[in-house]
Amino acid sequence: MLEIRNLHATVDGKEILKGINLTINPGEVHAIMGPNGSGKSTLSYVLSGRDGYEVTEGSVTFQGKDLLAMETEERAAEGVFLAFQYPVEIPGVSNTTFLKTALNAVRKHKGLPELDAMQFLKLIRAKAKALNMNDDMIKRAVNVGFSGGEKKRNDILQMAMLEPSFAILDETDSGLDIDALKLVADGVNSLRSPERSMLVITHYQRLLSYIVPDHVHVLAYGKIVRSGGKELALELEAKGYAEFGSPEAA
Amino acid sequence: MAATEQTVEQVRAVTEQKYKYGFTTEIESDLAPKGLNEDIVRFISAKKGEPEWLLEWRLQAYRHWLTMEEPTWAMVDFPKIDYQDSHYYAAPKAAKDKPKSLDEVDPELLATYEKLGIPLKEQAILAGVEGAGDMPAVAVDAVFDSVSVATTFKKKLEEKGIIFCSISEAVREHPELVRKYMGSVVPYSDNYYATLNCAVFTDGSFVYIPKGVRCPMELSTYFRINASNTGQFERTLIIADEGSYVSYLEGCTAPMRDENQLHAAVVELVAMDDATIKYSTVQNWYPGDENGKGGIYNFVTKRGACRGKNSKISWTQVETGSAITWKYPSCILQGDNSVGEFYSVAITNNYQQADTGTKMIHIGKNTRSTIVAKGISAGKAQSTYRGLVRILPKAEGARNYTQCDSLLIGDKCGAHTVPYIESRNRTARVEHEATTAKISEDQLFYCRARGLSEEDAVGLIVNGFCREVLKELPMEFAVEAQKLVAISLEGSVG
Repeated sequence: MLEIRNLHATVDGKEILKGINLTINPGEVHAIMGPNGSGKSTLSYVLSGRDGYEVTEGSVTFQGKDLLAMETEERAAEGVFLAFQYPVEIPGVSNTTFLKTALNAVRKHKGLPELDAMQFLKLIRAKAKALNMNDDMIKRAVNVGFSGGEKKRNDILQMAMLEPSFAILDETDSGLDIDALKLVADGVNSLRSPERSMLVITHYQRLLSYIVPDHVHVLAYGKIVRSGGKELALELEAKGYAEFGSPEAA
Repeated sequence: MAATEQTVEQVRAVTEQKYKYGFTTEIESDLAPKGLNEDIVRFISAKKGEPEWLLEWRLQAYRHWLTMEEPTWAMVDFPKIDYQDSHYYAAPKAAKDKPKSLDEVDPELLATYEKLGIPLKEQAILAGVEGAGDMPAVAVDAVFDSVSVATTFKKKLEEKGIIFCSISEAVREHPELVRKYMGSVVPYSDNYYATLNCAVFTDGSFVYIPKGVRCPMELSTYFRINASNTGQFERTLIIADEGSYVSYLEGCTAPMRDENQLHAAVVELVAMDDATIKYSTVQNWYPGDENGKGGIYNFVTKRGACRGKNSKISWTQVETGSAITWKYPSCILQGDNSVGEFYSVAITNNYQQADTGTKMIHIGKNTRSTIVAKGISAGKAQSTYRGLVRILPKAEGARNYTQCDSLLIGDKCGAHTVPYIESRNRTARVEHEATTAKISEDQLFYCRARGLSEEDAVGLIVNGFCREVLKELPMEFAVEAQKLVAISLEGSVG
């Protein structure tokens, strides 16, 4: 599914990722944990192709294709999805308009016919219902006036609609109370499938009690310093990240 | 008779005749000679077979125009216009044999409309004009380079007593209405461009809605500038009598041109007691190329008078074209409880300049006005909102709400807001809100991470920004306007 080899990346000339190696197979859920400033968000942006994040070395292969050669929207159309730490507000653009445009762009890329308004509405209503989102929420402007929990659920709704084969969840738990966290996690879990892989980025073990990963990696100062099973998360929760050193040591 | 005397006599005869009849020998021609003088004014008037009072009015305007100077207060910059270097009258070749029905319309002309993207529904209406059929949603009065060549559905409108025709026809058929109202909202001495229009206007639309009649369809004019080097001086007059309602759509496009072309139109609206006029414009004239070469100068005077109590005039405009836009659709709120509205989207890209806004003059009691202006600048464009809200002493309880939002794309464009507020009544309430924002990199990335191309993302974000205004457009226009918003910003990012 996804193969990251010796990935180095800089932001504003400063090297943040210093040789990442990671292989994710279809159906697997990997968690990346690590202290602040370890490069977790940088990794998610590099994988989704954000401007300003420059790859200086290494490769990323996604379903046999060179991911780094693609534009952001091409990656999305090929099946890479990023659930944002801070979903962005787009005033005046309704959720339905936004998602219909996005879904049809992705379908067009895949050579599928575009959905008409009726087909689309039927689909989004069904998916929204599964996430406990009402009609009002899907009609409102994208993330405008949404609570933190609603924004995250809205991102998961987008994921459910776009049906990516690889999803990156960037600190999906940040800013959520326990009820909202459960709702979001339920949504994510319902999207787990043997064909779909996920990369869950988080500070805390808390999220991983709800979205149980197959593998856990510790990212510290630009490198994956330790990998293990889901029990690694519990260990980190108890010990903290201190043993992985400080920026100066790396 | 001595030879010299004879010569003098001949010269006098020739010159006097010329002065009296203008270019009599050329009256069959389809193009006035270049330049502007009293003879040209007479030529236009004669060409249109106008009555004496109208010629006098034109000449009065022309003479006044000579004493005026071009306004320089707008935030636009352009080389001085040589008013002698234009033709002031141009007609399509078949003008003298005006077609009786659309079957007789030059197929090339219809093909041009098709190229202009006049939507299929209107095409169908144009094609179906002979058959009775159902009453369509839109009636089109097409103006092609100054002369109206096709007016549809006049009969159906006539049954309701509605008059919808070219202004030239109105001058012939309904002179009493034209004489009573033309110049009553925008006087001949109003401003440099309006005064020029009074002198040389060639055609335009005329609408009269009788008492208590609700116009059963949207009235629509598509017009374009076709011939090279011709100024376009349209004149529109809409009168809504007591208790009537009309919605009027004006759409404009122009083909690629290298030379700058002047367009100085005048639109006058009159709403009597309890009458409502909704006037919507989508302006898509050639904006010039990406280096700022060419493009239309759009210097337009639009004004509505809410003469009667409880009357309402609502302007909605989507301005995406023209090299320079100088335009302030205004409302004179004279009748008690009358309402004025101005909803505007102005998009400028590359080297376009727009200085646009409105004037709301509150005269009557409890008059209300709403202004929502959205300016979008991209490339090296400059966009200015300029508005005046004036509350006169007798306007007890007058209210105004103004909202001006500017959106910048890139870092080489500009957005400016110049609101003037004058209140001379203590009971009046005036609110003004303004914001300026940039399309954020976050928004663009968010859209692209969901599969949208950068241009689609900009189109979507800008459409969202303009939504409050676009939703005021009649359905027929809204979809086209949304597309236009996206198209006019192509190439503005990346």
